[in-house]
Amino acid sequence: MAAETVGWWGVPLAIAAGTMRGGTPFLFVSLGECLTEKSGKINLGLEGTLLTGAMSAYAISYLSGSPWLGVLMAGVAGMVLGFIHAWLTQQPKVNDVAVGIAMIIFGSGIAFFLGKPFIQPSAPQLPTFDLGGWSNISSLQEALRISPLFLLGVALAPTMTWFFKSTRWGLFIRAVGDSPDAALAMGVSIKKVRMLSIIAGSFLAGIGGASLSLYYPGIWSERISTGQGLMAVALVIFARWQPMQCLYASLLFGGAQAFGPALQSVGITQGYYLFNAAPYILTLGIMILTCSPTRTISGAPGALGSGS
Amino acid sequence: MSTRRSLYLPRRQVIRGLLATTAFGVTSRLVGCSSAPESDAGKTGAETGGSGSGSGGDKPLVVGFIYVGSKDDFGFNQAHAEGAAAIAKLPGVKIVEQANVPETTEVQEAMRNMIEQDGATVLVPTSFGYFDPHIVKIAGEFPEVQFFHFGALYQEGKTPKNIGSFFGDVDEGQYVAGRVAAQTSKKGKLGFVAAKPITPVLRNLNSFVLGARSVKPDIKVQVIFTGDWSLPVKEAEATNSLADQGVDVISMHVDSPKVVIETAEKRGIYSSGFHAVQSSLAPKGYLTGTAWDFPSVYTQYVEQIKSGKKLMDGSIPHLTRGGLKEKFVKLAPYGAAVSDATKKDADAAQAKLVDGSLSVYEGEIKDNDGKSIIAAGKDLKITDPALDKMDWLVAGALGKVGG
Amino acid sequence: MQSPRRQHWGKTLESICLPVGAILFSLVLFGIFCSVAGANPFEVYASIHKAAFGNWRSFQNTLIRAAPLMLTALCTALPARLGLVIIGNEGALVMGGIGAIIVGLGLGGNAPPLVVQIGMALAGLLFGGLWIGAVGALRHYRGVNETISSLLMNYIAIAFLNHLVNGPMKDPSSLNKPSSFPIPAVDMLGVLPGTRIHYGLIYGIVACVIAYVLIQRTTFGFAARTAGGNIRAARIAGLPVGKLTMAICFLAGSCAGLAGMVEVAAVHGRANESLNAGYGYSGILVAFIARYNPLAATVVAVLLGGILASGGILQRVHNLPDATVLVFQGLVFLVVMYSESLYSRLAIFKERSEIKPTRQPAAVV
Repeated sequence: MAAETVGWWGVPLAIAAGTMRGGTPFLFVSLGECLTEKSGKINLGLEGTLLTGAMSAYAISYLSGSPWLGVLMAGVAGMVLGFIHAWLTQQPKVNDVAVGIAMIIFGSGIAFFLGKPFIQPSAPQLPTFDLGGWSNISSLQEALRISPLFLLGVALAPTMTWFFKSTRWGLFIRAVGDSPDAALAMGVSIKKVRMLSIIAGSFLAGIGGASLSLYYPGIWSERISTGQGLMAVALVIFARWQPMQCLYASLLFGGAQAFGPALQSVGITQGYYLFNAAPYILTLGIMILTCSPTRTISGAPGALGSGS
Repeated sequence: MSTRRSLYLPRRQVIRGLLATTAFGVTSRLVGCSSAPESDAGKTGAETGGSGSGSGGDKPLVVGFIYVGSKDDFGFNQAHAEGAAAIAKLPGVKIVEQANVPETTEVQEAMRNMIEQDGATVLVPTSFGYFDPHIVKIAGEFPEVQFFHFGALYQEGKTPKNIGSFFGDVDEGQYVAGRVAAQTSKKGKLGFVAAKPITPVLRNLNSFVLGARSVKPDIKVQVIFTGDWSLPVKEAEATNSLADQGVDVISMHVDSPKVVIETAEKRGIYSSGFHAVQSSLAPKGYLTGTAWDFPSVYTQYVEQIKSGKKLMDGSIPHLTRGGLKEKFVKLAPYGAAVSDATKKDADAAQAKLVDGSLSVYEGEIKDNDGKSIIAAGKDLKITDPALDKMDWLVAGALGKVGG
Repeated sequence: MQSPRRQHWGKTLESICLPVGAILFSLVLFGIFCSVAGANPFEVYASIHKAAFGNWRSFQNTLIRAAPLMLTALCTALPARLGLVIIGNEGALVMGGIGAIIVGLGLGGNAPPLVVQIGMALAGLLFGGLWIGAVGALRHYRGVNETISSLLMNYIAIAFLNHLVNGPMKDPSSLNKPSSFPIPAVDMLGVLPGTRIHYGLIYGIVACVIAYVLIQRTTFGFAARTAGGNIRAARIAGLPVGKLTMAICFLAGSCAGLAGMVEVAAVHGRANESLNAGYGYSGILVAFIARYNPLAATVVAVLLGGILASGGILQRVHNLPDATVLVFQGLVFLVVMYSESLYSRLAIFKERSEIKPTRQPAAVV
């Protein structure tokens, strides 16, 4: 084997790189969902938002030549879908989960419909920070090629923790999510807070889409998402509605995507279908171990999904 | 919903109900009126389908194309759609297309609608998985309609007579691509990103390996199966993992090779494409690749059909296959990284394959467990049925077929 | 729905007019969308009508598509009565298919076709039932959120299926599309006489009727609805909440499992990745739109079947992209969901007495 190959070290390296590359969309979507759920609403439709974001980012980047404008427009497109979701789910007798599934269909429909002309062209990609310049191992250089979007997401997680803990608006959102009655007593408009939370959450999910199409894997195709949007909803519960834990969980899921291919590249070829299911089995296992029938999950917003 | 025990009928509400019903009736009738010309068109279409003889005459030949994914996927489906677009330009030919049709009862309904509503007399359902049970079933119901399926699945005596299989043998193209890859590789390690371990993929892969090893007998090709036809993130991860392992040329068999080629370009390694000519995606690293030539294939079929030939009486053969010579597949133009010596060698290999003096599957060929598959001195033509049962990886390929 | 002794026509009328009005309105929206995309909306309406409900031949297409949706809808609709939001329909369908193929291959050829079919159906019911039953058990004994666990189990079931048909169960001759061995042709479920609709439609309708009777007319159903209204109150009243949860979840999963058996025994004849064709996810929507009412689910399934059936003609006749039917579907469901909120809010349907709000199962996370 040539000197600059990494052999077995490729597996941890690929997983580490995968956490950053593949974890970024999970990170944005789960932070968005975290914000939404903190206000007491569930948005399952973020899968559709992610796809619309990915398409808008790629299309705008291609048309304007500016990937950052693409990222912004992905967020804006997400906000539009978020508004529809927010408005619908605040009508009486309308179920969050149901609207979410309808929004997955609608969002992906819009993304696929408008995205047809952008499958073939190559759009300008987001620049990356190459932190691996000191090393002459190309694999390490590649693993340390880090997207500003990833860094943004990593910075966002503690910011969000601080936001929930220490700001007035954070308090409002928590109050609305935990006990709407108390929020009412505080003079907070439940509708407005939820509306803003859902829209802001969808903005983040849209940016998650942009990281798929403009960073990694860096294309627009109708199969670009393999359920990252839906999984991010599971991640939030897994992360106990804490932004920092969303970060760790997203990294874990991103790394898990790299697990199967990395093992095969060093010659472990058994059961890759089962390896592909590893993240789901792992999440389920951890949920089974950490949940308890006697108390509700700690950290769960009290009014989550109750429609009140 | 709960209408039980509702014998109590207030007058005002009955009136209101009647009004609402009338309004609904009027609306639906309005829609019905405006639709009259359209449904007539549908009727004539259905009649054409019923009579079943669309070939010749002044009626256009209606050809229905069905794709399993989106027809702009920059890969398998698009290659077929380009063929469809080419025959749509021919005089007297009309095409109808339906994309994103899963391999369930949905494809049966799509075929049926094309026959009954659009008057299609020739159907081209492209995906491998459409064949059994779907095409077989519909072909039995409509014996006058001709079905052309991509894949070498026709079995004499078993498959209905109105089904024809055609298949492009990529083996020769991939053999040449493998030679180019081996000569360009500096590290002597190649990679291959494959979707699933099924025969068409294995033929592609094995011929690539055979081509590479015909230049450098010790070269190794690391294989990664992603598990599905289109998983962009996994394909990118697979490409990166291969690059981490020191691979410097990557080929692939997935539905949309764009991700693999672009990722390889980012990593500064070479790639060899598939399905279509993708040189624009990787100006530096794209070497060559095997591309389908469906415009030529479909035009040949349409010409045969228009001249009155049919599958049913055997005047169109039930199993048509071709490689480089028959123009079913072609080799993409060489990229910038291919040296002149390599180009010359590849052109020579291609010429020899076309004139038959060189063969891809010439014994002895062993699988990667050391078992002899094709005995020494034996030379399998690429149309040999034994190759359609391929379930092994050739020696030099690092990987395993079993899930 | 605990209806008062006097039923009001206003309510009935409302429950007909609102959905119909919503569908008409979504058609208008879709028409605008189509005209922006360059198609004549009236021709599009005519095509949709022709492809979905226009004549008996095309209506059969609609019914074929509706059949699996009726069964998968029950997988969400039944637990919803307990206040559980289950979206594991796809996984239960896949597991039912796996169960059916195991029995089908085991018995096929060794027993009369009817026995084989019954065995396959039972296996489908059992596998699907255990799959969602496990979700219910996790919910009850470990407090694991059922929405998330059932979602995760979809992915696990699909991976398991892929593993089986690419490995241990693979028919070596299925070279182009990895599949299990096929069941003998004589053991396949047939079609209804004079049609091309397979027996899955009958299974779906019968299951929906049974589910309706079970929920609305039995003490078991009453207990479930009570527990769904208020778990704590139900516990105090001495209802066996745990057993109820698991029983309902088992029944729900077995319905989706039966859909998987039908796919194997009536359509494919073998198990392969085509089992995972999205019927599960569509079924969730059907259940929500039908407001968890099994009888309404049959109607909604036919409606969705019609929408899906019109997807082809939009491409073939109007040259609209394949994603158009997704937009159409999304629009219809969003508008119909909005119309739900209008119940008892529109003055025109109100008369004399206040209409009780329909109970909405609380999604507990």
